[in-house]
Amino acid sequence: MPTILSIKDLRKAYDDGFEALKGVSLDIDEGEIIALLGPNGAGKTTLISTICGITMPTSGSVSVAGFDILRDFRQARSLIGLVPQEIALEPFEKVINTVRFSRGLFGKGRKDAAVEDILRRLSLWDKRDSQIRALSGGMKRRVLIAKALAHEPRVLFLDEPTAGVDVELRKDMWEIVEGLRADGVTTILTTHYIEEAEAIADRVGVINKGEILLVEDKDKLMARMGQKQLDVQLTTQLTEVPEALGGYDLTLGDEGWTLIYSYDTKSERTGITKLLTDVAGAGLQLRDVVTRQSSLEDIFVSLVKEPEGSA
Amino acid sequence: MNWSAIRAIYLFEMARFFRTIAQSLISPVLSTSLYFVVFGAAIGSRIDEVEGVSYGAFIVPGLIMLTVMTQAISNASFGIYFPKFIGTIYELLSAPINFLEIVMGYVGAAATKAMFIGIIILITSFFFVDIQIQNPLAMVMFLVLTCVSFALFGFIIGIWAGNFEQLQLVPLLIVTPLVFLGGSFYSISMLPPAWQTISMFNPVVYLISGFRWAFFGVADVHIATSLLAIAGFTGLCLGAVWWIFKTGWRIRQ
Repeated sequence: MPTILSIKDLRKAYDDGFEALKGVSLDIDEGEIIALLGPNGAGKTTLISTICGITMPTSGSVSVAGFDILRDFRQARSLIGLVPQEIALEPFEKVINTVRFSRGLFGKGRKDAAVEDILRRLSLWDKRDSQIRALSGGMKRRVLIAKALAHEPRVLFLDEPTAGVDVELRKDMWEIVEGLRADGVTTILTTHYIEEAEAIADRVGVINKGEILLVEDKDKLMARMGQKQLDVQLTTQLTEVPEALGGYDLTLGDEGWTLIYSYDTKSERTGITKLLTDVAGAGLQLRDVVTRQSSLEDIFVSLVKEPEGSA
Repeated sequence: MNWSAIRAIYLFEMARFFRTIAQSLISPVLSTSLYFVVFGAAIGSRIDEVEGVSYGAFIVPGLIMLTVMTQAISNASFGIYFPKFIGTIYELLSAPINFLEIVMGYVGAAATKAMFIGIIILITSFFFVDIQIQNPLAMVMFLVLTCVSFALFGFIIGIWAGNFEQLQLVPLLIVTPLVFLGGSFYSISMLPPAWQTISMFNPVVYLISGFRWAFFGVADVHIATSLLAIAGFTGLCLGAVWWIFKTGWRIRQ
């Protein structure tokens, strides 16, 4: 897939000297869904705002489908749709008019069929003549998405689309994003819900303190970092790992009541069968066996805590 | 030029005006009628004529200017301040439009609204006094220029304002006094010499004088001076707006 968004050494320092972006570089392929994970204040919103033209970059460059966001701002911005984090809508305007407004603002002529299609996809068609102030919070978020899609952008930015949104609506949002992918729309979303990144993203980027710490295919990331752990809980307390089990990479946990075995899920043989046989052979009684896989959350927490030791 | 965007902003702003059409129209018509009753009938009966024009007719251009200026400022300042206040400004900043297009949309709509109200007042005044407009073309031109330049000024106030209080501050503390002291209800020549000199520093004097000239062919200052003053004011506002968007002052970090 060709690159649709190319960010090169993007820096942003605010007037008070705070450096929100410290040289971010990232290439995003057409049609992919990428999730940018990061804690509050990591620079996620600044990154999006800078690409979309809401804040000005201090240095570096961004191009969208080959158009520079500053030099060719008209072409670049025409290709971008932005769903902001906060709900910001004209309260007294009707749903359909605000979507038409967005379409016009982005230079597209009036096309009722396109607006109708967007409103139907977002389940807003029945509400098209409602004033925005009369809508629920979830519906307002849908209106924001409809506005962002009104000019049929090729790149969609969703800034924390599901912050403060109930579970059902969150799932709906994910479906909407999936549906957009089918149309070839590239989606960049920021979130601090790991679950969200795991559920819909093709790639995951971790951003903290204005730097991208890692960008990887979600599955590869999970596999690479996804060490699995087997906890063998015993009926007797140990003070050290028995000699008979010296050949395994074992540690004691739970004050000696558990043997902890780490293994790689990707390898052909995990060695679990042999280990359990040998544990029994060493005369140890099993109380329970538990396996655990590090989630994206664990990976994320470890990256954000110690950025040097990562990637 | 992104004409579609200019049209979108213009229509969106006009829609706001038409949503509140009743209060948009009733209020200026009512206040104008009150001015006619108080100044025209009550006081005017004692003043008789000013520079050969009946007092009732004499105050019509000033009344129109008074309302048009304040309406242009309040509409334009609110038009751009409100998106800042509720956060919808993000859409303007991320749209493929430049400052000129944003200004044309917002200022164009605010100027249209002000002009609309100005015309309504003119029509209302026909019910109270007998007026003949000597230079209709000049009248329209002055009206348009005043609407546009004060809408530009209002746009700047809207960008500058950090809260609703500040939004009201400049119109209330600066514009209203300047308009009242600018000869809306009197001729500058009626003032003592010292105050006449002071009045010459009031830019509104030139606008009202020029506008009145278009109606009656009489003016406090030469018509060319009036034109120059309004052109200068428009240029100044345009320059300020250009600078605002160039530097992103108060809107883009």
